[in-house]
Amino acid sequence: MSEITPELVRHLAGLSRIDLDEAEVARFTEQLGLIVDSVAKISQAIDGNTPATSHPIPLANVFRPDVVEPSLTQEQALSGAPDSGQGRFRVAAILDEE
Amino acid sequence: MAKANLMDYEKALELFEVVIGLEVHVELNTNTKMFCGCRNDFGDEPNTNVCPICLGLPGSLPAVNGKAIESSISIGLALGCQIAPTGRFSRKNYFYPDLAKNFQTSQYDEPIAFEGAIDVEVPSGNKYTVLIERAHMEEDAGKLTHIGGATGRIQGAEYSLVDYNRAGVPLVEIVTKPVYGAGAEAPELAAAYVRLIREIVKALGVSDARMERGNVRCDANVSLRPHGQEKLGTRTETKNVNSLRSIERAVRYEIQRQAHILAGGGTIIQETRHWHEDKGATSSGRPKSDADDYRYFPEPDLVPVKPSTELIERLRAALPENPADRRKRLAGEWGFAEMEFRDVVNAGLLDQIEETVANGAKPQAARKWYAGELSRIANAEDKDVSELNITPKQVAELATLVESGKINDRIAREVLSAVLTGEGSPEQIVKDRGLEVVSDDGALIAAIDEALKKQPDVLEKIREGKVQAAGAVIGAVMQAMKGQADAARVRELVLERAASL
Amino acid sequence: MSDLIRLNASELVELLAKREVSSVEVTQAHLDQIAKVGDAVHSFLHISGESALATAKDVDARRAAGEKLADLAGVPIAVKDNLTTTDAPTTAGSKILEGWIPPYDATVVTKLRNQMLPILGKTNLDEFAMGSSTEFSAYGPSKNPWDLERIPGGSGGGSSSVVSSFQSPLAIGSDTGGSIRFPGAVTGTVGIKPTYGAVSRYGLIALASSLDQIGPVARNVLDAAYLQDAIAGHDPHDSTSLPGSLGSMVEAAKRGSLKGKRVGLIKQLSGDGFQQGVRNRFAEALKLITDAGAEIVEVDCPSFEYAIDAYYLILPAEASSNLAKFDSVRFGMRVAPEGTPTIERVMAATREAGFGPEVKRRIILGTYALSSGSFDKFYGAAQKVRTLIQRDFDAAFAKADVLVSPTAPTTAFKFGEKVSDPLAMYLNDIATIPANLAGIPGISVPIGLADEDNLPVGIQFLAPAHEDARLYEVGAALEGILEGIWGKRMMDFAPELKVN
Repeated sequence: MSEITPELVRHLAGLSRIDLDEAEVARFTEQLGLIVDSVAKISQAIDGNTPATSHPIPLANVFRPDVVEPSLTQEQALSGAPDSGQGRFRVAAILDEE
Repeated sequence: MAKANLMDYEKALELFEVVIGLEVHVELNTNTKMFCGCRNDFGDEPNTNVCPICLGLPGSLPAVNGKAIESSISIGLALGCQIAPTGRFSRKNYFYPDLAKNFQTSQYDEPIAFEGAIDVEVPSGNKYTVLIERAHMEEDAGKLTHIGGATGRIQGAEYSLVDYNRAGVPLVEIVTKPVYGAGAEAPELAAAYVRLIREIVKALGVSDARMERGNVRCDANVSLRPHGQEKLGTRTETKNVNSLRSIERAVRYEIQRQAHILAGGGTIIQETRHWHEDKGATSSGRPKSDADDYRYFPEPDLVPVKPSTELIERLRAALPENPADRRKRLAGEWGFAEMEFRDVVNAGLLDQIEETVANGAKPQAARKWYAGELSRIANAEDKDVSELNITPKQVAELATLVESGKINDRIAREVLSAVLTGEGSPEQIVKDRGLEVVSDDGALIAAIDEALKKQPDVLEKIREGKVQAAGAVIGAVMQAMKGQADAARVRELVLERAASL
Repeated sequence: MSDLIRLNASELVELLAKREVSSVEVTQAHLDQIAKVGDAVHSFLHISGESALATAKDVDARRAAGEKLADLAGVPIAVKDNLTTTDAPTTAGSKILEGWIPPYDATVVTKLRNQMLPILGKTNLDEFAMGSSTEFSAYGPSKNPWDLERIPGGSGGGSSSVVSSFQSPLAIGSDTGGSIRFPGAVTGTVGIKPTYGAVSRYGLIALASSLDQIGPVARNVLDAAYLQDAIAGHDPHDSTSLPGSLGSMVEAAKRGSLKGKRVGLIKQLSGDGFQQGVRNRFAEALKLITDAGAEIVEVDCPSFEYAIDAYYLILPAEASSNLAKFDSVRFGMRVAPEGTPTIERVMAATREAGFGPEVKRRIILGTYALSSGSFDKFYGAAQKVRTLIQRDFDAAFAKADVLVSPTAPTTAFKFGEKVSDPLAMYLNDIATIPANLAGIPGISVPIGLADEDNLPVGIQFLAPAHEDARLYEVGAALEGILEGIWGKRMMDFAPELKVN
């Protein structure tokens, strides 16, 4: 029995800001269930002592000097914007304060 | 906004133990942003200090500012923290229009500094050791302007404009462990702690530390629990506290608000609250819900930070004197009474007085000017002393003029006003206005003789030994001299002349 | 003129250097081929004919003036459309970026411009490089020149088909789980995923940041070597880019030798369950390798059983975060629902309309893998499996100089065959995924056609991190042997492209 439910899928869609329709919710519930059941066996492969690998090649301490580099012009910055005004990106009203 | 019911403060403390926690964000004053080479600057034209990286354009990758790493380590060391042998960046994932990538590159389970402690003194003289949980690096978000609503705030706005100049500016977030046992002094402790953080980062030279500019921001966590209870109460987090005064007021308010609810059998909602300086109250923000699942994971585009022992020790050696030691030293050097020194510290005048003394003034004189006349003027104008239009060098000049007898206290206050309006330096003003005290005895004697002639009855009384009567003559002489005389010397001469006439 | 397009890049390099042919001629010949077969194969999402010719003209002028130019100067190239270009739209195969012109070039693109390769255009890919067939491109799939009803591989099917249909001698691809190597195998071309960090990712629209790598696509190992040499190198813009150089791949390819090499046959990837034709060609190739003086040793990598699972947790997780930036605010599509929607609603509607089903599926899966309560079991566990996979490789490379496997379990399948079955689609990458998880380099070299369908089969070599040169050395050697046996090149076996 998969832990993926339509409720969960809707919740995940909300977290990732995608407005799934009901058909998608149903389809993803099924497909994700299969995928998750399949990958769940991965936890058998490891024990508590295995360290995680976040970076395939071990590098460390990569820094850049605190020296100013050329920025984009305001025009370049706004060039892809669907909507802008007063030199800024314009968006619809925001619901929640962060 | 309905004002909440508040319990009387003393009563609240009788019933409950206060636990506070403080999260302070320090904006670093590096030349460039945390992850890109854009200028770290305040107030430029919108979206002109941006690049593909801080704009979060597809394909962009972060690159860590090495100076920010050093600044962060220095802050950690100054807070008595251990520096992590391996630190890592993590992604904090959430959607918001001021967050260009819709994740913040921050640090989660491997912050650069952790487990520190600093001693904080409150106005009463009590000292508290505040334990530091961690200090970690992160980037700031852009700036949102809300258009169309009545108040310029989010509620009721038609649309919003986004400027990413601030996006990517380096921040260090300092998080304390829960602070117990401050009791009634919790509000003062919170403010004193933040003041101390400001002092530290300013002394380190890593931040301009101006709260009114947002260089230092504080979120205050407050929870209450009945005395003797082990389990911590539910806490609220209050944001938007933009000054030391606000911190104190906000903490106090939350204590009273929560006490009232708990005493009435209610429960505290775990939430973010906003402080409103004008109303002197906090209001409810967004409740903390599972929508706050930030899904932290190690930032794959950045490699671990492993500061070498050499680097750490070099930065440790470069640490300025820690504030407690500095205060002890200055207190000793200046020889103020304990109360006097504490007032200076509490008023945040240490730096100014130190600089004034460095410019040649006597410590007491410097204290007198700053804690006295300048503080009075600042309060009247609802400003901070540091915002007044006078430099420590000028204050020292003024003090020296008085010390040398060139001007007296009254004239000095006149000169001070002139400096504040931008007329020039004290010496210049004295010269231009001809305010120097007359030191030529001859001129004084002439005025004295004149005054004595005009008030023969006073002369009689003085000769009879009633020296208090001299006051009338002194007054007349001072008037004649337009105040530019040393009153004490005038008195001497009056008595001399009266005797000899 | 049509012969020009059948030449390998390394042959063009020589002719151009000797000025026996001009870059304009070469570029025009390829543009003509594009005009002829372009629609049928659908490799390109954008063609930059004018600017390519302008570059070619510039190259010819400088050569005439005696200027010393880069080796590949004047050799045309196509660039996968997930690399930013300031003079052409960059869509990543998605509607959400339709028409987006980036304000900056990817580092690799800057290098190509500096070395003056005429850029013919941007090639098709599965949307955001998620897929192995280009069936998930929002702009329609690319076709396999060997059989237009079959997939050219993915995600880089545009690059592999552009090269195998002679529309370009070279192409740039990106490989996250096999997206260069699998298309190489199914189109009879050469594809390399270099060591992670060898080529700068700055300007590559990220899929899974810890797995993505840019690499060369060509018809010949030496060609690919020229290209890797041209695009590799440290980039301060990419904090994960290797600090030093990996040496000259061209020299390694020219050395081309199998003698004395220990070649590790991976037990878990030796062909069990693979298509028979693939197994047959693979077995023959192993014999040729031994005959050439190499020694086959058996290596056991038990953790590979979990590689696909780990991959399909790590990739979606990182992708879900990388794709969060597509929110209608600063670039790309914006969809505003009826009425006065909040920005949250605009974001959700835009992403719903702009992302295709595979992308949405992986974002949801990735969000799940990272969510509190699931992290340890999924993403956390996958990162640990990664450690086990690296350890298995380390142990294997203690016994062998290179490892070997068939690149893919099957030859090119037909369109529609796997598109509704995500799990089946994911299995295409079973042999290629481990290299991405460990960050080591891999090459796919064509080794012949499968008997049952006459479609190309590829062999994969893997080398330890930083040892990309070994791949070019053994790859070139095997290629030379095979071409000797065939008496012609792999692509010469391809049927004439049927265009209307």
